[in-house]
Amino acid sequence: MNGALKEHTIDSIRSGLLQHKFSAEELARHALAHGAEENPKTNAYLTFSAERALGGARAVDAKIARGEDPGPLAGVPVAVKDVIVTRGVRTTCGSRLLANYIPPYDATSVVRLEQAGGVILGKTNCDEFAMGSSNENSAFGPVRNPVAPDRVPGGSSGGSAAAVAQGTAVLALGSDTGGSIRQPASFCGVTGVTPTYGRVSRYGLTAFASSLDHIGPLARTVRDAARLLQVIAGRDEMDSTSAFAPVPDYVAALDGNVRGMKLGLPREYFEGSESETRTLILDAVEVLKKLGCEVREIRLPHTPYAVACYYIIATAEASSNLARYDGVRYTTRAASAATLSDMYRLTRNEGFGAECKRRIMLGTYVLSAGYYDAYYLKAQKVRTLIARDYAQAFEEVDAIVGPVSPFPAFKLGEKVDDPIQMYLSDIFTITGDLAGVPCMSVPCGSTSAGLPVGLQILTRHFDETAMFRLADAYERAT
Amino acid sequence: MKITEQEVRRVAELANLALRDDEIGRMAHDLDEILTHIDKLNELDVSHVEPMAQVLYDAGETATLREDREQPTLDNAVVMANAPLAGHGFFKVPKVIER
Repeated sequence: MNGALKEHTIDSIRSGLLQHKFSAEELARHALAHGAEENPKTNAYLTFSAERALGGARAVDAKIARGEDPGPLAGVPVAVKDVIVTRGVRTTCGSRLLANYIPPYDATSVVRLEQAGGVILGKTNCDEFAMGSSNENSAFGPVRNPVAPDRVPGGSSGGSAAAVAQGTAVLALGSDTGGSIRQPASFCGVTGVTPTYGRVSRYGLTAFASSLDHIGPLARTVRDAARLLQVIAGRDEMDSTSAFAPVPDYVAALDGNVRGMKLGLPREYFEGSESETRTLILDAVEVLKKLGCEVREIRLPHTPYAVACYYIIATAEASSNLARYDGVRYTTRAASAATLSDMYRLTRNEGFGAECKRRIMLGTYVLSAGYYDAYYLKAQKVRTLIARDYAQAFEEVDAIVGPVSPFPAFKLGEKVDDPIQMYLSDIFTITGDLAGVPCMSVPCGSTSAGLPVGLQILTRHFDETAMFRLADAYERAT
Repeated sequence: MKITEQEVRRVAELANLALRDDEIGRMAHDLDEILTHIDKLNELDVSHVEPMAQVLYDAGETATLREDREQPTLDNAVVMANAPLAGHGFFKVPKVIER
């Protein structure tokens, strides 16, 4: 058990536990100590939950001692993004407003994770209320990319991606509204999965844009990501938008056989100038061809409208969802407010960071009297067109492949003063969220500067199985 | 200009944000840039397109309904522990109505 958790997978931990090479408690203690030592390099964790981790680990050890099945994630150290609530463990959402918030309940995904034997090490840094693409919008300081410390880890699940890449967690939970799992996964060189909308319960995920929000796994291998999704997926009575569709056995489908699978390359994703990212993606496509996939060009003609559509819908929903932070219930209230109205206005202005305010303002504007039809309703109609693009493409192909991001991890501070450039960098990830289809990022090499690049795979609604099979086959071949 | 500083102040009122004077100009500039980009949507004719509010799948109309039954709620003391100001199991706020 020397060194980082980096050498471990779910399987290696399981066999180590069952062969009594180490106990879950020993592994958790090691992970907590190692995490505390390594964390200053990246700022990936905001809170370590030692008590909870050790309690969970002891429960796993007790099950093993009694000869019971310790669960599919037995003893595996997991990091949880700090927008997902954990009972009794501080959950900040990366916001000053919630710096001292102790949730009174657990998110469903957290409950399922622990029931499966997973050990929650702590809560990871993120852009405030998951709004950002660089993790620079956290009230608790940015996260550094473990691969290149002068660069961003991506966002908003930057802490979760960095912890997995750094080896201070084996698995992590992230959330994705416009690319917040896949983009940091690609920047940090790990696997990140945004499941079908409704596949994983959102109960306990702090709401940003409810019609777009997803919880999903980050891991170092496709197999581990599939195992984590297996545990957290499925209908939950506490989230009426969670899907009834049965959850198939994802791992059983990882047979490496993708012969005859039809893949689409969206022309819109490969326009523009030559780049190292594009070269790496096309190299990955060659690997998939060698594995027997049939590749053809497809069209997703409404891609150029996605950023505009997204930043209307997401901000409109956010302005409504964030109205609850008014100084009444959630820990923070402006000290100087004498009247109720001032209490709302001052608490919110002092509490929210610049990006949250920008999005609340834009969302309020597009929903305000006289603008609703021109902006919000129009964006909802464009969303239909984007979803139709995918439906039509999936009549022809089984999966769509392309880049996750137009470029690899950028430097800290490089884009922070230019919100529109930051938004435009989400171009390849937001359409998947708008359509609600499953999508993921799988590492496909590094640029000459050593920066990781992610290959994005998208499949039909609820066809995570095909997505994992393709990603796993690619991972095996490289 | 798509949006004036005066409009920014009005929207800030609606959003319950007490933006400081030095934030107004920057906000107007940023929103203007974003709204200019958003104008791109006007290139599309969407007059015969249905709006999409939610990702929906085939399911019966009553699929998401459940039986109405009694269940324990969160413990009042645990919830109130997060209140900036509480008393007797209630949230306390500045006086709303002057007597």
